[in-house]
Amino acid sequence: MKSNTIVKGILYVALGLLVIISFIPFYMMIVNATRSNAEILQQGFTLLPGTALMDNYETLIQYMNLWRGFANSLFVAVMVTVLSSYFSALTAFGFAVYKFKGKNVLFVFMLLLMMVPGQLGLIGFYDLIRVMGLLDTYIPLIIPPIAAPFVVFFLRQYLMTVMHPSLLEAARIDGAGEIRIFHQIGFPMMMPAVATMAIFTFIGSWNNYILPLVVLFSPEKYTLPVMMGALRGSQVAENLGSMYLGIAISVVPIMVAFLFLSKYIISSISAGAVKE
Amino acid sequence: MKRLDKFGYIFIAPFFLVFITFTIYPILLTFYYSFTSYSGRGEAEFIGLANYARLLTDSYFYQAFYNTMYIWGINFFFQLGIALLLAILFSDIRLKMKGLGFFRAVFYLPNLITMASVALLFGILLGWHHGTINHLLLDLGIISQPINWLNDPTTARWSVGLIGAWMWFGHTFIILMAGISGISKDYFEAALIDGANRWQTLTRVTLPLLKPIMLYVLITSLIGGLQIFDLPMLITDGMGAPQGSLNTMVLYLYNQAFRFDNYGYAAAVAYGLFMITVLFSFITFKSMYRKNVKEG
Repeated sequence: MKSNTIVKGILYVALGLLVIISFIPFYMMIVNATRSNAEILQQGFTLLPGTALMDNYETLIQYMNLWRGFANSLFVAVMVTVLSSYFSALTAFGFAVYKFKGKNVLFVFMLLLMMVPGQLGLIGFYDLIRVMGLLDTYIPLIIPPIAAPFVVFFLRQYLMTVMHPSLLEAARIDGAGEIRIFHQIGFPMMMPAVATMAIFTFIGSWNNYILPLVVLFSPEKYTLPVMMGALRGSQVAENLGSMYLGIAISVVPIMVAFLFLSKYIISSISAGAVKE
Repeated sequence: MKRLDKFGYIFIAPFFLVFITFTIYPILLTFYYSFTSYSGRGEAEFIGLANYARLLTDSYFYQAFYNTMYIWGINFFFQLGIALLLAILFSDIRLKMKGLGFFRAVFYLPNLITMASVALLFGILLGWHHGTINHLLLDLGIISQPINWLNDPTTARWSVGLIGAWMWFGHTFIILMAGISGISKDYFEAALIDGANRWQTLTRVTLPLLKPIMLYVLITSLIGGLQIFDLPMLITDGMGAPQGSLNTMVLYLYNQAFRFDNYGYAAAVAYGLFMITVLFSFITFKSMYRKNVKEG
């Protein structure tokens, strides 16, 4: 029994070390965001914050309006999440409730395409958007996610387990149309699964880099990740404190959101993995 | 009932309209461009298999493939290794480790952060004379000279691979834990009653039952790993420096298309990458399946 306690002690120390490894890059980012360039260059490593936060902020904001990028990313991610959630639920309902010709073929086709890496069609996608005259707009970022095969798959599986046909029958006898049945019965019923997928859709859109990089040209339209990329080649890169601050501005809000949502996010990942 | 079934088509129509326009058509268009010398403007001239012939003899593409696998290999080894150790630790019914919720959350955190920001952050943390990591290692006496991590092919690849592992081990840990909690507790208790020691429980109960979920982790990690872009793009010059060692396949594709206007060739690179992905997924499935049959 006693050796077990010692073993457990060692294991907790190892876990503590792993916690430090997971968190220290972010901690160093926050500390260095409050130090001046000279302090970082000359004084080296420290765990204590400095006093140059406001100076760093002024240097940073002079060259790049990160809050604009923040607002752009938020707009795109919210639109993507709303549209993708609604239309995926609609599609899942169509697949789960009705019997129609070609249903299984379409469903399997959709699942097969799910395995295809996202970059396969990048060149064609860019060309299509160019021909449509939609380059440097948010439309190529917001509309295509309406077709999210994995979300449809997940919602359909969910619907199959919670939906009772008798419920729909009762609504039909009461004279409700199919569209209304979807909005008043189907969608609310799928809500827990929709919320789960919405979180991942939002994060995916928020973090997306290659697509906005390819379609957006005007700096004032950049999403946050593209702005981060632009930060690297800008004047800000000469001031390490400002650079750290810029990165921190993009990272800290996600960390705060995670603080509130972590339980929910983690149980969603677990649920997603077991369903596979 | 029949009368209502047309609503099936109405409900799935928006999805397939968008799916065909923005996913399927671009994939087919890319395929067409892979047989042309399209430069992003004007007419695309049909040149047959010339792009694919070039691909097969393109040493940069082979290097990109090598780099991608090198980086993914390091990433996956540490990602799965750490996650598996953690999963075994937290599922041990004799140890009864506490704080699973807390550890899971902290280990998962790096996975949520925008990859572009992570690349930028490590790009400066790993700096040569002014990087925080070198400062720390110097203070601790681990190194006597600052190391130029991102200027040497080996340390650069290892850095990117390990950053990947750092970002993903928490995610894999959660998935493995979900797999383990899907295994009935009865198995573990039966093993305990039968007097199985830790090693026997691990090799005879836990690992065999975790095989399907490890296959899932392997395949998703491989497909994701073959597409690595944000990190190598933003951690150095965006061209794969140092000495092309961070030039991954998608970075090569991106640069060929959007930096050098070789859209036709980039399309062939995309299909090359696709064929490699299919081949690898197939091999993984096959080998895992064969092993299962032998043991079963």
